[in-house]
Amino acid sequence: MSLDAATVRRIASLARIRLEEDEVGRMQAELNGILGWIEQLQAVDTEGVEPMAGGAPEGQPAMRMREDAVTDGGQADAVLANAPDRMGAYFGVPKVVE
Amino acid sequence: MSYTIEGNTGPWELVIGLEVHAQVISHSKLFSGAATAFGAEPNSQVSFIDAGFPGMLPVINRECVAQAVRTGLGLNAEINLWSRFDRKNYFYADLPQGYQISQYAHPIVGKGEIEIELADGAKKIVGITRLHLEQDAGKSLHDQHPTKSFIDLNRSGVALMEIVSEPDMRSPEEAGAYLTKLRQILRYLGTCDGNMDEGSMRADVNVSVRKAGEGYRTRCEVKNVNSVKFVMQAVEAEARRQIEVWESGGTVEQETRLFDTQRGTTRSMRSKEDAHDYRYFPEPDLPPLVLEPDWVEQLKASLPELPDVRRARYVAMGLTPYDAHVLTLEKETAAFFETVAKGRDAKQAANWVTGDFFAALNRLKRDITDPPVTAENLGGLLDLIADGTVSGKLAKEIFEIMIETGKAPGVIVEERGLKQVTDTGAIEAAVADVLAKNADKVAEYKSGKDKLFGFFVGQTMKAMQGKGNPALVNEVVKKLLG
Repeated sequence: MSLDAATVRRIASLARIRLEEDEVGRMQAELNGILGWIEQLQAVDTEGVEPMAGGAPEGQPAMRMREDAVTDGGQADAVLANAPDRMGAYFGVPKVVE
Repeated sequence: MSYTIEGNTGPWELVIGLEVHAQVISHSKLFSGAATAFGAEPNSQVSFIDAGFPGMLPVINRECVAQAVRTGLGLNAEINLWSRFDRKNYFYADLPQGYQISQYAHPIVGKGEIEIELADGAKKIVGITRLHLEQDAGKSLHDQHPTKSFIDLNRSGVALMEIVSEPDMRSPEEAGAYLTKLRQILRYLGTCDGNMDEGSMRADVNVSVRKAGEGYRTRCEVKNVNSVKFVMQAVEAEARRQIEVWESGGTVEQETRLFDTQRGTTRSMRSKEDAHDYRYFPEPDLPPLVLEPDWVEQLKASLPELPDVRRARYVAMGLTPYDAHVLTLEKETAAFFETVAKGRDAKQAANWVTGDFFAALNRLKRDITDPPVTAENLGGLLDLIADGTVSGKLAKEIFEIMIETGKAPGVIVEERGLKQVTDTGAIEAAVADVLAKNADKVAEYKSGKDKLFGFFVGQTMKAMQGKGNPALVNEVVKKLLG
């Protein structure tokens, strides 16, 4: 499997990464290199092995749960501290209306 | 007779499925300890997790998981003891993480079903495909500034249940009945407040049309419809639009649309063109969610009574199916009725609640959560009727005084001397007085004018200001005339 230039541009656009036209070729080569390694991994026989995601295989105790209590919040200033365009108690963003 | 819309080429059938987003009732958010209460100061209920700050890790709220399991059980659905969270990737101003933690491949709840009832009494099963847990996004305000939108992240990270139906509905009425029933079940379970005005419940409506006997044609999704009425209108508007497209030789494209409640039409949401490329992958910050079977059993054992079961129980108590239906629509109404009926005649309690009490609610524009007469006081009034203290007619007057004064019926009876007279001596004196004053009518009665009997009873009741025990008055009039 290999990615063409259009797919590379689309992936960049979905990820909101600006890709200059002269960068597309290099990025395409790098991504295809990574896909080549994945293909190597796929040579391993995984017949009968459950795919693992996030640590705990099926059947084992897993996610820790917390009790339902309010322990956080009440810190609007801290939350807004890095806002590039703070508007009062809100984040200001370019108008997005449907 | 199945529902169809008549086009130029003949009748069209509708195929409808709903995806309902229901906000979970919990104190804190799905993955953070920030509060969930509605209407707080902007950005005051936000943790660094909800704001998507780097390095923050989510920890799941046990109660949110319990609420999803309860809902699954209430929908007669499979509970998946092993489920997993996935990242749904997209960019939007109210989604600071750049992804929503959701469940894609392995939801916590699988297939279930809901029984709906239509206006003609017909019943129908609508399949539930799945229910999964996910994070809500923040809220955008567009009317605060000419060129900017304002973002409030208080809602960001609040737990949502997405409940997906099978494409089993065939008319606007069925879609409306499904949403109504789902809302009722959630409210009975206490897992979602069902408040559509505040956005606690929102529906995405999938609609397609077809000719009889065909498979499914392309569907469109109408997003964020926020009332039962609008769901029904959106279904019809979207179906009519698609019929027009097909009949004019065009092709319906799969897309996301918005319902314009002012115009009653749907329009395309162009910004969502790429929206279906969410690039889901397993959430690396969370291990799988594994439920203990014992815990699920405990939740099952502690489920409240659901509307269908309660309705059947009311009918078994002697209520008409209609009264049972009306009294179980809202769980608050059912609770009110149960308090009134407890230890009393259920049928009589139902008559008072659906009769005088509902009339008073309507007249005063009050809600069952803010009743003009408490259930305890209404029950007390029924006791006074049952033990003969007041007649049914007098009880209606006392009920009105209860509304005006808020006082208990016993107090009103005492204060105003409304106690029914059951003293035979007093009644005999009153009847004798009436007969003496109407000697001419007594003579007419004795010469065969039987109808005058009611006149003597009425005059006696009037003389006693309505307080005479009706049965006793009848008896005494009969005796003294005889």
